[in-house]
Amino acid sequence: MHEMSVCEGIIQVLEDQAISQNYTKIKTVWLEIGPLAMIENDSLRFCFDAVTRNTLAEGAQLEIIELAGQAWCLQCAQTVEIKKRYDACTACGSYQLQVTQGEELRIKELEVE
Amino acid sequence: MCTVCGCSEGEVSIEGHHQGHGSTHTHGSHSHSHEHGHGHSHNGNHSHSHTGTYSSDTGHDTGLEETESVIVAEGDNLHFGHGPAHAHAPGLSQTRMVQIEQDILGKNDRYAAQNRQRFDAMSLFTLNLVSSPGSGKTTLLTASIEQLKTRCPVAVIEGDQQTANDADRIRETGVQAVQVNTGKGCHLDAHMVGHAMAHFEDISGGLLFIENVGNLVCPAAFDLGEAHKVAILSVTEGEDKPLKYPDMFYAADLMLLNKVDLLPYLDFDVEQCIAAARQVNPDIEVIQISARSGEGMSEWQGWIEQRRVARIRKRIDQLTGQIHQLEAMV
Repeated sequence: MHEMSVCEGIIQVLEDQAISQNYTKIKTVWLEIGPLAMIENDSLRFCFDAVTRNTLAEGAQLEIIELAGQAWCLQCAQTVEIKKRYDACTACGSYQLQVTQGEELRIKELEVE
Repeated sequence: MCTVCGCSEGEVSIEGHHQGHGSTHTHGSHSHSHEHGHGHSHNGNHSHSHTGTYSSDTGHDTGLEETESVIVAEGDNLHFGHGPAHAHAPGLSQTRMVQIEQDILGKNDRYAAQNRQRFDAMSLFTLNLVSSPGSGKTTLLTASIEQLKTRCPVAVIEGDQQTANDADRIRETGVQAVQVNTGKGCHLDAHMVGHAMAHFEDISGGLLFIENVGNLVCPAAFDLGEAHKVAILSVTEGEDKPLKYPDMFYAADLMLLNKVDLLPYLDFDVEQCIAAARQVNPDIEVIQISARSGEGMSEWQGWIEQRRVARIRKRIDQLTGQIHQLEAMV
Protein backbone atom coordinates (compact mmCIF):
# COMPACT_ATOMS: atom_id res chain seq x y z
CA MET A 1 0.00 0.00 0.00
CA HIS A 2 2.12 2.82 1.24
CA GLU A 3 4.93 1.19 3.12
CA MET A 4 7.22 4.18 2.69
CA SER A 5 4.89 6.51 4.56
CA VAL A 6 4.23 3.83 7.16
CA CYS A 7 7.99 3.70 7.75
CA GLU A 8 8.10 7.45 8.08
CA GLY A 9 5.30 7.13 10.61
CA ILE A 10 7.35 4.58 12.53
CA ILE A 11 10.39 6.89 12.58
CA GLN A 12 8.24 9.71 13.86
CA VAL A 13 6.90 7.60 16.73
CA LEU A 14 10.45 6.49 17.53
CA GLU A 15 11.72 10.06 17.57
CA ASP A 16 8.83 11.25 19.73
CA GLN A 17 9.44 8.42 22.16
CA ALA A 18 13.19 9.03 22.28
CA ILE A 19 12.67 12.05 24.52
CA SER A 20 10.19 10.56 26.96
CA GLN A 21 11.87 7.17 27.08
CA ASN A 22 15.35 8.63 27.12
CA TYR A 23 17.22 6.79 24.43
CA THR A 24 19.47 7.88 21.60
CA LYS A 25 19.88 4.78 19.54
CA ILE A 26 17.58 2.02 18.46
CA LYS A 27 18.93 -1.43 17.85
CA THR A 28 15.80 -3.41 17.14
CA VAL A 29 12.20 -2.57 16.38
CA TRP A 30 9.46 -5.15 16.82
CA LEU A 31 6.31 -4.59 14.83
CA GLU A 32 3.10 -6.55 15.03
CA ILE A 33 1.41 -6.82 11.68
CA GLY A 34 -1.72 -8.70 10.80
CA PRO A 35 -2.36 -10.18 7.37
CA LEU A 36 -5.22 -7.71 6.80
CA ALA A 37 -3.20 -4.59 7.59
CA MET A 38 -2.60 -3.91 3.91
CA ILE A 39 1.15 -4.06 4.38
CA GLU A 40 3.66 -6.02 2.33
CA ASN A 41 6.31 -7.06 4.81
CA ASP A 42 9.10 -7.30 2.24
CA SER A 43 8.30 -3.87 0.94
CA LEU A 44 8.24 -2.56 4.49
CA ARG A 45 11.71 -3.97 5.20
CA PHE A 46 13.04 -2.40 2.04
CA CYS A 47 11.58 1.00 2.93
CA PHE A 48 12.67 0.73 6.56
CA ASP A 49 16.34 0.51 5.62
CA ALA A 50 15.99 3.51 3.34
CA VAL A 51 14.00 5.67 5.73
CA THR A 52 16.08 4.99 8.84
CA ARG A 53 19.25 6.34 7.27
CA ASN A 54 20.60 9.30 9.26
CA THR A 55 18.08 8.78 12.04
CA LEU A 56 18.39 7.30 15.51
CA ALA A 57 17.24 4.01 14.03
CA GLU A 58 20.00 3.81 11.43
CA GLY A 59 21.11 0.22 11.07
CA ALA A 60 18.36 -0.97 13.37
CA GLN A 61 17.02 -4.44 12.86
CA LEU A 62 13.39 -4.76 11.94
CA GLU A 63 11.59 -7.72 13.44
CA ILE A 64 8.10 -8.36 12.19
CA ILE A 65 5.79 -10.42 14.34
CA GLU A 66 3.20 -11.78 11.95
CA LEU A 67 -0.11 -12.15 13.70
CA ALA A 68 -2.67 -14.62 12.50
CA GLY A 69 -5.88 -13.42 10.95
CA GLN A 70 -8.95 -14.52 12.87
CA ALA A 71 -12.63 -14.14 12.32
CA TRP A 72 -15.82 -15.12 14.07
CA CYS A 73 -18.04 -17.22 11.86
CA LEU A 74 -21.68 -16.27 12.34
CA GLN A 75 -22.86 -19.54 10.83
CA CYS A 76 -20.93 -22.02 12.94
CA ALA A 77 -20.34 -19.69 15.91
CA GLN A 78 -16.64 -20.19 16.34
CA THR A 79 -13.36 -18.44 15.69
CA VAL A 80 -11.63 -19.52 12.51
CA GLU A 81 -8.36 -18.56 10.92
CA ILE A 82 -8.38 -16.42 7.78
CA LYS A 83 -5.56 -15.29 5.54
CA LYS A 84 -7.37 -12.87 3.28
CA ARG A 85 -10.24 -10.46 3.56
CA TYR A 86 -12.64 -12.61 1.59
CA ASP A 87 -11.66 -16.05 2.82
CA ALA A 88 -14.52 -18.39 3.51
CA CYS A 89 -14.96 -20.06 6.88
CA THR A 90 -12.64 -23.04 6.95
CA ALA A 91 -15.27 -25.08 8.76
CA CYS A 92 -18.52 -24.35 6.91
CA GLY A 93 -17.57 -22.34 3.82
CA SER A 94 -19.69 -19.33 4.77
CA TYR A 95 -18.60 -15.76 4.02
CA GLN A 96 -20.48 -14.42 7.03
CA LEU A 97 -17.30 -13.68 8.93
CA GLN A 98 -16.48 -10.92 11.36
CA VAL A 99 -12.79 -10.18 11.49
CA THR A 100 -11.56 -10.26 15.08
CA GLN A 101 -7.81 -10.14 14.56
CA GLY A 102 -5.47 -9.41 11.70
CA GLU A 103 -5.78 -5.66 11.09
CA GLU A 104 -3.00 -4.80 13.54
CA LEU A 105 -0.23 -2.47 12.47
CA ARG A 106 1.66 -1.40 15.53
CA ILE A 107 5.03 -0.93 17.11
CA LYS A 108 5.26 -3.46 19.90
CA GLU A 109 8.60 -2.77 21.51
CA LEU A 110 12.09 -1.51 20.98
CA GLU A 111 15.58 -2.47 21.98
CA VAL A 112 17.30 0.81 22.68
CA GLU A 113 20.37 2.28 24.26
CA MET B 1 2.83 10.52 10.78
CA CYS B 2 3.44 11.56 7.28
CA THR B 3 0.40 9.97 5.84
CA VAL B 4 1.25 10.96 2.34
CA CYS B 5 2.64 8.08 0.43
CA GLY B 6 6.34 8.00 0.04
CA CYS B 7 6.33 11.69 0.15
CA SER B 8 8.74 14.33 0.96
CA GLU B 9 6.89 16.50 3.37
CA GLY B 10 5.02 19.72 2.77
CA GLU B 11 3.37 18.81 -0.51
CA VAL B 12 -0.22 19.32 0.52
CA SER B 13 -2.03 22.41 -0.54
CA ILE B 14 -5.57 23.44 0.17
CA GLU B 15 -6.71 25.55 -2.75
CA GLY B 16 -3.32 26.98 -3.40
CA HIS B 17 -2.46 27.63 0.22
CA HIS B 18 0.63 25.58 0.56
CA GLN B 19 0.66 23.58 3.74
CA GLY B 20 4.25 24.01 4.75
CA HIS B 21 4.83 21.60 7.51
CA GLY B 22 6.66 23.51 10.15
CA SER B 23 3.91 25.98 10.77
CA THR B 24 0.82 24.21 9.58
CA HIS B 25 1.93 20.88 10.91
CA THR B 26 0.67 18.79 8.10
CA HIS B 27 3.45 16.54 9.11
CA GLY B 28 5.96 16.07 11.73
CA SER B 29 6.93 18.32 14.48
CA HIS B 30 3.86 20.34 15.13
CA SER B 31 2.54 21.64 18.34
CA HIS B 32 -0.90 20.18 18.67
CA SER B 33 -1.31 19.46 22.26
CA HIS B 34 -3.56 16.53 21.53
CA GLU B 35 -0.73 14.87 19.76
CA HIS B 36 1.24 14.72 22.90
CA GLY B 37 0.56 13.50 26.31
CA HIS B 38 0.37 9.95 25.19
CA GLY B 39 3.83 9.31 26.33
CA HIS B 40 2.95 6.12 28.09
CA SER B 41 4.18 6.84 31.50
CA HIS B 42 2.92 3.42 32.41
CA ASN B 43 5.77 1.84 30.64
CA GLY B 44 8.39 4.45 31.14
CA ASN B 45 11.92 3.36 31.08
CA HIS B 46 11.65 -0.11 32.32
CA SER B 47 13.27 -3.12 30.98
CA HIS B 48 11.61 -6.38 30.52
CA SER B 49 12.89 -9.39 32.15
CA HIS B 50 10.15 -11.37 30.49
CA THR B 51 12.07 -11.27 27.28
CA GLY B 52 14.72 -13.21 29.00
CA THR B 53 17.58 -12.08 26.88
CA TYR B 54 17.84 -8.52 28.05
CA SER B 55 18.55 -7.47 31.53
CA SER B 56 18.07 -4.20 33.21
CA ASP B 57 21.39 -2.62 33.67
CA THR B 58 20.62 1.04 33.41
CA GLY B 59 20.89 1.20 37.13
CA HIS B 60 23.74 -0.94 38.20
CA ASP B 61 25.21 -1.85 41.48
CA THR B 62 28.31 -0.30 42.85
CA GLY B 63 30.52 -3.26 43.16
CA LEU B 64 34.15 -2.55 43.85
CA GLU B 65 35.24 -4.03 40.64
CA GLU B 66 33.79 -1.12 38.75
CA THR B 67 36.50 0.66 36.93
CA GLU B 68 36.87 4.24 35.87
CA SER B 69 36.87 3.26 32.27
CA VAL B 70 33.09 3.49 32.13
CA ILE B 71 33.05 7.17 33.05
CA VAL B 72 33.19 9.29 29.97
CA ALA B 73 34.69 12.72 30.56
CA GLU B 74 33.84 15.66 28.35
CA GLY B 75 35.54 18.67 29.83
CA ASP B 76 33.97 19.11 33.22
CA ASN B 77 31.09 16.83 32.43
CA LEU B 78 31.24 13.30 33.53
CA HIS B 79 28.91 10.83 31.95
CA PHE B 80 28.22 7.72 33.85
CA GLY B 81 26.69 4.88 32.07
CA HIS B 82 27.60 5.86 28.56
CA GLY B 83 29.15 3.19 26.50
CA PRO B 84 28.93 -0.43 27.42
CA ALA B 85 27.67 -0.85 30.92
CA HIS B 86 30.08 -2.28 33.39
CA ALA B 87 28.03 -5.29 34.00
CA HIS B 88 29.38 -8.17 35.89
CA ALA B 89 28.23 -10.65 33.36
CA PRO B 90 30.12 -10.29 30.14
CA GLY B 91 28.16 -9.42 27.05
CA LEU B 92 25.55 -7.25 28.69
CA SER B 93 25.28 -3.65 27.62
CA GLN B 94 23.21 -0.51 28.10
CA THR B 95 20.60 -2.08 25.93
CA ARG B 96 17.12 -2.13 27.32
CA MET B 97 13.66 -2.80 26.09
CA VAL B 98 10.98 -0.20 25.68
CA GLN B 99 7.38 -1.20 25.26
CA ILE B 100 5.61 1.08 22.85
CA GLU B 101 2.40 -0.68 21.80
CA GLN B 102 1.46 2.15 19.52
CA ASP B 103 -0.61 1.94 16.39
CA ILE B 104 1.31 3.34 13.49
CA LEU B 105 -1.80 4.90 12.00
CA GLY B 106 -2.91 6.04 15.45
CA LYS B 107 -2.23 9.68 14.71
CA ASN B 108 -4.62 9.72 11.79
CA ASP B 109 -7.19 7.96 13.93
CA ARG B 110 -6.95 10.67 16.58
CA TYR B 111 -7.53 13.37 13.98
CA ALA B 112 -10.43 11.35 12.62
CA ALA B 113 -11.97 11.12 16.08
CA GLN B 114 -11.71 14.91 16.34
CA ASN B 115 -13.40 15.33 12.98
CA ARG B 116 -16.13 12.92 14.00
CA GLN B 117 -16.83 14.90 17.18
CA ARG B 118 -17.03 18.04 15.15
CA PHE B 119 -19.41 16.48 12.62
CA ASP B 120 -21.57 15.19 15.47
CA ALA B 121 -21.72 18.60 17.11
CA MET B 122 -22.74 20.13 13.77
CA SER B 123 -25.20 17.29 12.98
CA LEU B 124 -23.34 17.04 9.73
CA PHE B 125 -23.81 13.83 7.76
CA THR B 126 -20.50 13.03 6.13
CA LEU B 127 -19.80 10.57 3.35
CA ASN B 128 -16.36 9.59 2.10
CA LEU B 129 -16.62 8.73 -1.59
CA VAL B 130 -13.95 6.34 -2.80
CA SER B 131 -13.34 4.81 -6.20
CA SER B 132 -10.84 4.35 -8.96
CA PRO B 133 -10.12 7.34 -11.18
CA GLY B 134 -12.72 7.74 -13.89
CA SER B 135 -15.56 5.91 -12.19
CA GLY B 136 -17.77 8.97 -12.55
CA LYS B 137 -17.61 10.24 -8.96
CA THR B 138 -17.69 13.92 -9.78
CA THR B 139 -20.46 13.64 -12.38
CA LEU B 140 -22.56 11.58 -9.99
CA LEU B 141 -21.85 14.05 -7.22
CA THR B 142 -22.86 17.12 -9.22
CA ALA B 143 -26.09 15.42 -10.29
CA SER B 144 -26.83 14.41 -6.67
CA ILE B 145 -26.08 17.88 -5.37
CA GLU B 146 -28.50 19.48 -7.82
CA GLN B 147 -31.31 17.58 -6.14
CA LEU B 148 -30.06 17.52 -2.54
CA LYS B 149 -29.18 21.19 -2.21
CA THR B 150 -32.84 22.18 -2.09
CA ARG B 151 -33.29 20.28 1.18
CA CYS B 152 -30.23 21.16 3.22
CA PRO B 153 -26.81 22.81 3.08
CA VAL B 154 -24.31 20.79 1.06
CA ALA B 155 -20.53 21.11 1.00
CA VAL B 156 -17.80 19.16 -0.75
CA ILE B 157 -14.15 18.49 -0.01
CA GLU B 158 -12.45 17.48 -3.23
CA GLY B 159 -9.27 15.47 -3.03
CA ASP B 160 -7.02 15.24 -6.05
CA GLN B 161 -3.33 15.10 -6.61
CA GLN B 162 -3.38 18.30 -8.60
CA THR B 163 -5.70 20.94 -10.09
CA ALA B 164 -8.85 22.55 -8.74
CA ASN B 165 -10.93 21.35 -11.71
CA ASP B 166 -13.25 19.17 -9.67
CA ALA B 167 -13.93 21.81 -7.04
CA ASP B 168 -14.72 24.23 -9.87
CA ARG B 169 -17.22 21.73 -11.30
CA ILE B 170 -18.85 21.39 -7.88
CA ARG B 171 -19.01 25.15 -7.34
CA GLU B 172 -20.92 25.52 -10.59
CA THR B 173 -23.80 23.77 -8.80
CA GLY B 174 -23.81 26.62 -6.29
CA VAL B 175 -22.57 24.77 -3.21
CA GLN B 176 -19.38 25.33 -1.25
CA ALA B 177 -16.36 23.28 -2.24
CA VAL B 178 -12.77 23.14 -1.07
CA GLN B 179 -10.09 21.51 -3.16
CA VAL B 180 -7.34 19.68 -1.33
CA ASN B 181 -4.36 18.81 -3.48
CA THR B 182 -2.42 16.00 -1.95
CA GLY B 183 0.72 16.66 -3.97
CA LYS B 184 2.54 13.38 -4.19
CA GLY B 185 0.01 11.71 -1.94
CA CYS B 186 -2.48 9.06 -2.91
CA HIS B 187 -5.23 9.65 -0.36
CA LEU B 188 -6.78 12.24 1.91
CA ASP B 189 -6.03 11.95 5.62
CA ALA B 190 -8.05 13.14 8.58
CA HIS B 191 -5.76 16.06 9.22
CA MET B 192 -6.29 17.50 5.74
CA VAL B 193 -10.04 17.18 6.20
CA GLY B 194 -9.86 19.03 9.53
CA HIS B 195 -8.07 21.89 7.81
CA ALA B 196 -10.51 21.99 4.93
CA MET B 197 -13.42 22.28 7.38
CA ALA B 198 -12.19 25.71 8.42
CA HIS B 199 -13.05 26.99 4.94
CA PHE B 200 -16.78 26.32 5.14
CA GLU B 201 -19.45 28.67 6.30
CA ASP B 202 -22.09 27.14 8.51
CA ILE B 203 -23.31 23.84 7.11
CA SER B 204 -24.85 22.45 10.31
CA GLY B 205 -27.53 19.87 9.77
CA GLY B 206 -26.41 19.39 6.20
CA LEU B 207 -24.35 17.09 4.09
CA LEU B 208 -20.62 16.91 3.60
CA PHE B 209 -19.25 14.88 0.73
CA ILE B 210 -15.57 14.07 0.79
CA GLU B 211 -14.52 13.01 -2.68
CA ASN B 212 -11.35 11.09 -2.05
CA VAL B 213 -8.44 10.75 -4.42
CA GLY B 214 -9.24 8.20 -7.13
CA ASN B 215 -7.53 5.15 -5.68
CA LEU B 216 -8.98 1.87 -4.49
CA VAL B 217 -6.13 0.96 -2.16
CA CYS B 218 -4.79 3.55 0.27
CA PRO B 219 -7.94 5.50 1.18
CA ALA B 220 -9.33 2.29 2.71
CA ALA B 221 -6.91 2.58 5.62
CA PHE B 222 -7.54 6.22 6.45
CA ASP B 223 -10.55 7.06 8.55
CA LEU B 224 -11.52 10.69 7.94
CA GLY B 225 -14.24 10.82 10.58
CA GLU B 226 -16.98 10.10 8.05
CA ALA B 227 -20.25 8.34 8.83
CA HIS B 228 -19.84 5.95 5.89
CA LYS B 229 -17.44 5.15 3.11
CA VAL B 230 -19.25 4.83 -0.19
CA ALA B 231 -17.44 2.90 -2.92
CA ILE B 232 -18.30 3.82 -6.47
CA LEU B 233 -17.66 1.20 -9.12
CA SER B 234 -18.59 1.78 -12.73
CA VAL B 235 -19.77 -1.02 -14.96
CA THR B 236 -16.96 -0.28 -17.42
CA GLU B 237 -14.44 -1.51 -14.85
CA GLY B 238 -14.96 -5.26 -14.50
CA GLU B 239 -17.11 -7.21 -12.09
CA ASP B 240 -14.25 -8.75 -10.13
CA LYS B 241 -12.94 -5.44 -8.81
CA PRO B 242 -14.24 -6.03 -5.27
CA LEU B 243 -12.07 -9.15 -5.16
CA LYS B 244 -9.08 -7.38 -6.64
CA TYR B 245 -9.32 -4.53 -4.13
CA PRO B 246 -11.02 -6.20 -1.17
CA ASP B 247 -9.94 -3.76 1.51
CA MET B 248 -11.86 -0.89 0.01
CA PHE B 249 -15.07 -2.83 -0.47
CA TYR B 250 -14.71 -4.20 3.04
CA ALA B 251 -14.39 -0.68 4.44
CA ALA B 252 -17.38 0.65 2.51
CA ASP B 253 -20.98 0.42 3.72
CA LEU B 254 -22.53 1.19 0.34
CA MET B 255 -21.49 0.38 -3.19
CA LEU B 256 -22.84 2.52 -6.00
CA LEU B 257 -22.73 0.57 -9.22
CA ASN B 258 -22.40 3.48 -11.60
CA LYS B 259 -23.02 4.06 -15.31
CA VAL B 260 -25.64 1.31 -15.49
CA ASP B 261 -27.09 3.06 -18.56
CA LEU B 262 -24.13 1.51 -20.43
CA LEU B 263 -25.03 -2.08 -19.46
CA PRO B 264 -26.68 -2.93 -22.82
CA TYR B 265 -23.36 -2.26 -24.56
CA LEU B 266 -21.16 -4.25 -22.16
CA ASP B 267 -20.63 -7.83 -21.02
CA PHE B 268 -20.71 -6.74 -17.39
CA ASP B 269 -22.40 -9.26 -15.09
CA VAL B 270 -24.20 -7.27 -12.40
CA GLU B 271 -25.09 -10.28 -10.27
CA GLN B 272 -21.55 -11.55 -10.29
CA CYS B 273 -20.25 -8.12 -9.29
CA ILE B 274 -22.66 -7.85 -6.37
CA ALA B 275 -21.78 -11.40 -5.31
CA ALA B 276 -18.09 -10.46 -5.37
CA ALA B 277 -18.76 -7.41 -3.19
CA ARG B 278 -20.82 -9.46 -0.73
CA GLN B 279 -18.09 -12.08 -0.58
CA VAL B 280 -15.74 -9.41 0.73
CA ASN B 281 -18.34 -7.60 2.81
CA PRO B 282 -21.58 -9.48 3.49
CA ASP B 283 -23.27 -6.35 4.83
CA ILE B 284 -22.54 -4.02 1.94
CA GLU B 285 -25.58 -2.33 0.41
CA VAL B 286 -25.71 -1.87 -3.35
CA ILE B 287 -27.50 0.72 -5.45
CA GLN B 288 -27.41 0.56 -9.23
CA ILE B 289 -27.22 4.08 -10.51
CA SER B 290 -26.64 6.32 -13.49
CA ALA B 291 -26.26 10.07 -13.35
CA ARG B 292 -27.02 10.23 -17.07
CA SER B 293 -30.29 8.28 -17.16
CA GLY B 294 -31.29 9.14 -13.62
CA GLU B 295 -31.77 5.48 -12.71
CA GLY B 296 -31.23 4.82 -9.00
CA MET B 297 -30.84 8.51 -8.17
CA SER B 298 -33.95 8.64 -6.00
CA GLU B 299 -32.93 5.48 -4.16
CA TRP B 300 -29.47 6.98 -3.49
CA GLN B 301 -31.00 10.21 -2.25
CA GLY B 302 -33.42 8.32 -0.07
CA TRP B 303 -30.46 6.45 1.42
CA ILE B 304 -28.74 9.74 2.23
CA GLU B 305 -31.79 11.59 3.49
CA GLN B 306 -32.88 8.81 5.81
CA ARG B 307 -29.47 8.79 7.50
CA ARG B 308 -29.03 12.56 7.54
CA VAL B 309 -32.40 13.06 9.23
CA ALA B 310 -31.72 10.19 11.66
CA ARG B 311 -28.49 11.91 12.63
CA ILE B 312 -30.26 15.19 13.32
CA ARG B 313 -32.94 13.40 15.36
CA LYS B 314 -30.26 11.70 17.42
CA ARG B 315 -28.61 15.06 18.07
CA ILE B 316 -31.95 16.61 19.05
CA ASP B 317 -32.50 13.79 21.53
CA GLN B 318 -29.04 14.33 22.96
CA LEU B 319 -29.55 18.05 23.34
CA THR B 320 -33.03 17.63 24.78
CA GLY B 321 -31.59 15.27 27.34
CA GLN B 322 -28.97 17.85 28.24
CA ILE B 323 -31.57 20.59 28.55
CA HIS B 324 -33.67 18.45 30.87
CA GLN B 325 -30.62 17.72 32.96
CA LEU B 326 -29.83 21.42 33.25
CA GLU B 327 -33.43 22.38 33.98
CA ALA B 328 -33.48 19.91 36.83
CA MET B 329 -30.63 21.82 38.41
CA VAL B 330 -32.31 25.22 38.36
